Amino acid sequence: MNEIDEVVGEFLVESYENLDLLDRDLLLLEGDPRSATTLASVFRTIHTIKGTCGFLGFAKLESVTHVGENLLSKLRDGVFVLDATITNELLAMVDVVRGILGQIETTGEEGDGDYSALVGRLAALAEGQPLAALDEGQPLAGPAEDQPVAAPAEDQPVAPAEDQPPAAPARGQRRGGATKGRARTPAGAVPAGAGAGPTPVPDTVTPADDDGEPAAAALPRLGELLVSVGAVSPDDIRTVLTAQAEGDPRRVGELLVDRGAATQAEVGLALRAQLAEAATVPDSRSNRPDSTIRVDVGLLDRLMTLVGELVLARNQVLAHSSTASDRALVAASQRLNQITTELQEGVMKTRMQPIGTIWGKFPRVVRDLSVTCGKQVRIEMQGADTELDKTIIEAIKDPMTHLVRNSVDHGIESPEARTAAGKPAEGRLLLRSFHEGGQVIIEITDDGGGIDGGRVRAKAVERGLLTPEQAERMSDREALNLIFLPGFSTATAVTNVSGRGVGMDVVKTNIERIGGSIDLQSWPGEGTTLRVKIPLTLAIIPALIVRCGGSRYAIPQVNLLELVGLDGDQVATAIESLHGAAVYRLRGQLLPLVYLRSHFGLEPAPEGDGLNIVVLAADGRRFGLVVDGVHDTEEIVVKPLGVHLKGISAFAGATIMGDGRVALILDTLGLAQRAGIVGETRDRALDHATTETTVSAAHDGQVVLLAEAGGSRIAIPLAKVDRLEEFPASAVERAGHREVVQYRGQILPLVRVGPLLSLFGGEPVEPETISVIVYREANRAIGLVVDRIVDIIEQSLTVDALTRAPGMDGSIVVGERVTDLLDVRHVVEAAALDIYDPAEAAP
Amino acid sequence: MKANEQYCTFSLAGLHFGIPVEQVQEVIRPQDMTPVPLAPSVISGLINLRGQIVTAMDLRRRLGLPARPADKPPMNIVVRNDDSALSFLVDAIGDVIEVTAETFEEPPDTLTGEARELILGAHKLDGRLLLVLDTARTMALQPA
Repeated sequence: MNEIDEVVGEFLVESYENLDLLDRDLLLLEGDPRSATTLASVFRTIHTIKGTCGFLGFAKLESVTHVGENLLSKLRDGVFVLDATITNELLAMVDVVRGILGQIETTGEEGDGDYSALVGRLAALAEGQPLAALDEGQPLAGPAEDQPVAAPAEDQPVAPAEDQPPAAPARGQRRGGATKGRARTPAGAVPAGAGAGPTPVPDTVTPADDDGEPAAAALPRLGELLVSVGAVSPDDIRTVLTAQAEGDPRRVGELLVDRGAATQAEVGLALRAQLAEAATVPDSRSNRPDSTIRVDVGLLDRLMTLVGELVLARNQVLAHSSTASDRALVAASQRLNQITTELQEGVMKTRMQPIGTIWGKFPRVVRDLSVTCGKQVRIEMQGADTELDKTIIEAIKDPMTHLVRNSVDHGIESPEARTAAGKPAEGRLLLRSFHEGGQVIIEITDDGGGIDGGRVRAKAVERGLLTPEQAERMSDREALNLIFLPGFSTATAVTNVSGRGVGMDVVKTNIERIGGSIDLQSWPGEGTTLRVKIPLTLAIIPALIVRCGGSRYAIPQVNLLELVGLDGDQVATAIESLHGAAVYRLRGQLLPLVYLRSHFGLEPAPEGDGLNIVVLAADGRRFGLVVDGVHDTEEIVVKPLGVHLKGISAFAGATIMGDGRVALILDTLGLAQRAGIVGETRDRALDHATTETTVSAAHDGQVVLLAEAGGSRIAIPLAKVDRLEEFPASAVERAGHREVVQYRGQILPLVRVGPLLSLFGGEPVEPETISVIVYREANRAIGLVVDRIVDIIEQSLTVDALTRAPGMDGSIVVGERVTDLLDVRHVVEAAALDIYDPAEAAP
Repeated sequence: MKANEQYCTFSLAGLHFGIPVEQVQEVIRPQDMTPVPLAPSVISGLINLRGQIVTAMDLRRRLGLPARPADKPPMNIVVRNDDSALSFLVDAIGDVIEVTAETFEEPPDTLTGEARELILGAHKLDGRLLLVLDTARTMALQPA
């Protein structure tokens, strides 16, 4: 690979930017073909590229941009109005230019691609069709080239002079490109009369007539200048312009001189005046480069580090000055404090980029895609100036593009379908971005057909991702989020755009990787909204500081769900063991616990202390991290770990605390994976979406609570188990013939399972406390008194129906022990309880 | 080996070591250390070097020497390799000395184990040996 020297490098960077601008401008222009400012901007961009590549000796690039420039000059002069054909060709030119630039970037050479077809088409378009009738051999542009007065306009990059030499297309044509091109793509070169080609505009007289475009926005035209100095009459100009519109290839100045309406000197003066004007015409876009400079991101990172350092120094100074009696020192340190804060904000801002930098290419993406799909889509953007850290911008670029493509491909229907549904044929895609609660929200809304929950379910079943029963029990909202599962796509047809079932899960993973989240809402027939939430920056994040084994650790706030604090005496009962794995019941759901101490190979915390559970979310699953203590939330600066520690997945990086010490940042996902909460593969991803289904399907044998009653083991489907409680025996009261306890402000009837099952005769020994399984059905709870709670297990159970007996649904084998599956309904009925009777149920 | 070389010297469990001065970024006093659970045992923790977080490696452990007494806080020699910085934890810092190639000798075959890989050889100085450490190899650690 050749080394690219600096000049070429600069040229590439600048040209890429220019091309992006060109994409946008061309599409703008398609919507408003006569916008003089946009046309001028497009022209200028191409001209700049052409000029530079000529200077650098990239001949191919120059030839392509040259014909493009000529075509554009015609458009700008109002000879044609931009239409779809021209736009297509110009966009094709942009792509070719981009391709050549890519070649130059990698090889330093232009490559040996053949672009004569495109050059030919562009030249043919630029020709202006009535002109095509003229003999090709006629030296059309001769006079213009020979005329010294016209020369300045030709080489001036920023001067959209009213007339540009038609010499170039003619030249290109003489090379034979045009004829070849025309033969290959007849559609692109159909004469104007056929309707598909460029349309002549006979009524363009002065810019003031162009859609009321303010004259100040555009450059004064040559004709106007001549009229204003009194050299020619408006009628002369009109005649000349009409002649041009009818196909006379010569320029306004030329024609005027030929007609004797003006002298060469007068035209020359006017052209110079036009150039002078061009230099002073205010243009918002051309001013922008002056107010910005390119800065190496590495330098910004270094500044960021230094500012972090300064913040620490500031903190130390503040700590000292708070005890100092020197008022001057206190005042100075206060100022230092303020300035440091502002500096920190300022430096952070340097790394921010508007989200518009990635949205900028979407109009083109949407346009190309809608053409491919045969759809009509209008893209709208709100909040393109919302700023995000550069690293985040990079990270969401691909996911965003994917989502936009998806919306066009799957979301918005074909024009026919839309019309049939009573919607406008043109679909609308709205991108919105705004700040909300320290995060950035990006919404992608389409007014398409929406996603049908039923179809998603059916697809999930078809793909084997769900059983039909699971699918049935799933709410629509849950069903919609199935599309984020790997291997899922509802597209009926696999297009080359999307629909291969890879994508949404990758999008979700990528967004979650940067601490974001994605949510989908859909209204059948009305459209779909994808809502992406992402943090403002990865460099500085809010984090919860926790303590464990004498060290502090930072947990990114985005992963944090809630904090649970347990008193010393609560710990023994609140933490249960599920086959050796510690779990805590958080509002009725089992929360697996990860002890940070034991995970880090530290001694367990002393018994009797309280327990701090930090409830975290990782890859859609919750787990509780048990730490020694919980401190405040702080804004931390994320710093990478050295190469020796990169491999430890439990850490996401490190940060420097206010006292100058280093604290490690915990990687929630990494921790969860290490602890086995989340599988390396996402194969268990469904479990989350279907937690309820799984549990309620437990009767078929999945999650059961094991207990001992009357000396025998019994199993109860966990789904119906509300809580496990212990009551002192003295708390048991009698209400009529029933035993009850007061429980959460209500009366809980008790059923003693052991005697009921008559497994053992005789009175059981009355313990000091009784273990109660609070069982819930139809909003009424009863307490099943058992001798002991054994475990909660999750495994496939095979019910042996032969062992079915009163009170038993059958026997199962759990851990090599025969266990009776309790028929709770029977037990309750046998106890003559009436919880199944709603009439009596009301307390 | 160049004719004359300058070494930054330090001691470890009674032995004298040296690394070329140009590889040393700076020498700093004992620092607050944040231990890293799950890290390889030779990694003592992280230190804050003016806002940059630097991994500290215990050279005694790296070279298979007996552990440092708890009451002797280690000095830091910050070495730089390409883009990454690493701090070597040593017992004490010695002078910078200049040696000539004549005094250098390869390690004897009786030197075995981990240290064999990391010690390039020794300069025979008056009354003592200066062991030359292979900085790059010492810094590079196979992922645990």
